Amino acid sequence: MWSFENISQSVDTWLYDTFSPTTAMLIEFLIIAICVIGLFAILGLVLILMERKVSAWMQVRLGPNRVGPGGMFQTVADTLKLIVKEGMTPNNVDRFLFNLAPFIVMIVAMVILAPIMFAKNFQIWDINIGILFITAVSSVSVIGILMAGWASNNKYSLLGAMRSGAQIVSYELSAGLSVLSIVVLTGSLKISDIINSQQNGWWIFKGHIPVIIAFVIFIIAVTAETNRAPFDLAEAESELTAGFHTEYSGMKFALFFLAEYVNVFIVCAIGATLFLGGWMPLHFGTANKFNEVMDYIPSSLWFFGKTFFLIFIIMWFRWTFPRLRIDQLLNLEWKYLLPISMFNLLLVTVIAILKWHF
Amino acid sequence: MAFLRDYIKDVFGAVRSSLKGMRLTGYYALHHKKEKITQQYPDNRDELVLPERFRGEVVMLHDENNEHACTGCTACELACPNGTIKIITKFDITPEGKKKKALDTFVYHLELCTMCNLCIVACPTDAIKMAQTFEHSVFDRNKLTKVLNKPGSKIREGIE
Repeated sequence: MWSFENISQSVDTWLYDTFSPTTAMLIEFLIIAICVIGLFAILGLVLILMERKVSAWMQVRLGPNRVGPGGMFQTVADTLKLIVKEGMTPNNVDRFLFNLAPFIVMIVAMVILAPIMFAKNFQIWDINIGILFITAVSSVSVIGILMAGWASNNKYSLLGAMRSGAQIVSYELSAGLSVLSIVVLTGSLKISDIINSQQNGWWIFKGHIPVIIAFVIFIIAVTAETNRAPFDLAEAESELTAGFHTEYSGMKFALFFLAEYVNVFIVCAIGATLFLGGWMPLHFGTANKFNEVMDYIPSSLWFFGKTFFLIFIIMWFRWTFPRLRIDQLLNLEWKYLLPISMFNLLLVTVIAILKWHF
Repeated sequence: MAFLRDYIKDVFGAVRSSLKGMRLTGYYALHHKKEKITQQYPDNRDELVLPERFRGEVVMLHDENNEHACTGCTACELACPNGTIKIITKFDITPEGKKKKALDTFVYHLELCTMCNLCIVACPTDAIKMAQTFEHSVFDRNKLTKVLNKPGSKIREGIE
């Protein structure tokens, strides 16, 4: 049967049969790089179109509807425009850091992709500290944002970057704690172990109310971490024009823009892996007939379906809530989310020790 | 313990009001076909529906006998804040041999008009009203100066 697993297996064996192990490995690196870049390009096109359509529907508008059938090629046209635009570097910026920043943000997004499991046995790198790796690397992107804000030599950019720093540093705590609650239940940081532990039901169903609370806190915290509305203080179009990427244009701007959407995809993929079982089909304990029917749907479809469902939820509250003020934002984190998630982690630990989960 | 109760009340209130907001936008997202308010203007020119109170330009109402209701009282000209209307009057001779003031030309400068509706409010005989036409672009600005009373029209019987 057609599956990502078979394709990757056959490519792998063919490469190792025809070339020497070193060459085969290098070619595999190259293939992975091309696949990741291709995935990013497709994600950028699809997610930006999806965001524009979803926002239009929520605001009782039509959204893009002129380029191609139903506006399907709108983002392709936008990308073409951004590619042919001049990549301006303003006069008084720190040239090196200014040009480096968008690439750092982009590379961080690419590196986080490594331990994510896209389908059954289809993963770039199954390290035993997968989740720790993701949470550690994802905080590096704030350096890229700070770099962009500082190098732009512009007070609005700097303000946006500083806000972004404060925001990411504080929201990482509650995101980390809610990730930890699943790690406590699973007993492993490895992505494949986490997914396999959900064979008889996803954690969000198995873990009672504490896991649902952890899930909600996770979604709120990652929305803040990816700098999206209602936590988009780093960009804040109406007060800081565009925050840290005010001075960017052309392809360098496009990299920031793309990185935002790719980050949304990545955090939703992590959320789907932890709480909704990654590629694991919807299984209920011992209902074997039902489980067999669910197994017919390919694992990659399950993964992307769950991820896009979470992306829709994040877009949903982006277009529902107004932007928070910086003090409200920090209040929400330090006075509400952090204490609740700490207490919640305690509850999850009790559940895990006493084996109350299903 | 009172602060703890307030804290929990805060959290639940926040969750409830957030869900309320998301329910509305979710409803719109699912029913976007029914609820959409966008009019795709140049495409739907034929079946374009404008609200009753839409203010496009000032027109004078004429009936089938080419008669209007304007007495030439210049109330609209006085009401207009930026000199859009200029009324030129003449004197008709009534059958009894008396002179009576009447409208000669109703000059309307569309290029100056701000569609404020004050002239329509001021008119004592409802001779003018706002039309729903709004495609006013022309290549020559002289075309924007219009004479509203049709040639050969006269005041309707019984209007004072």
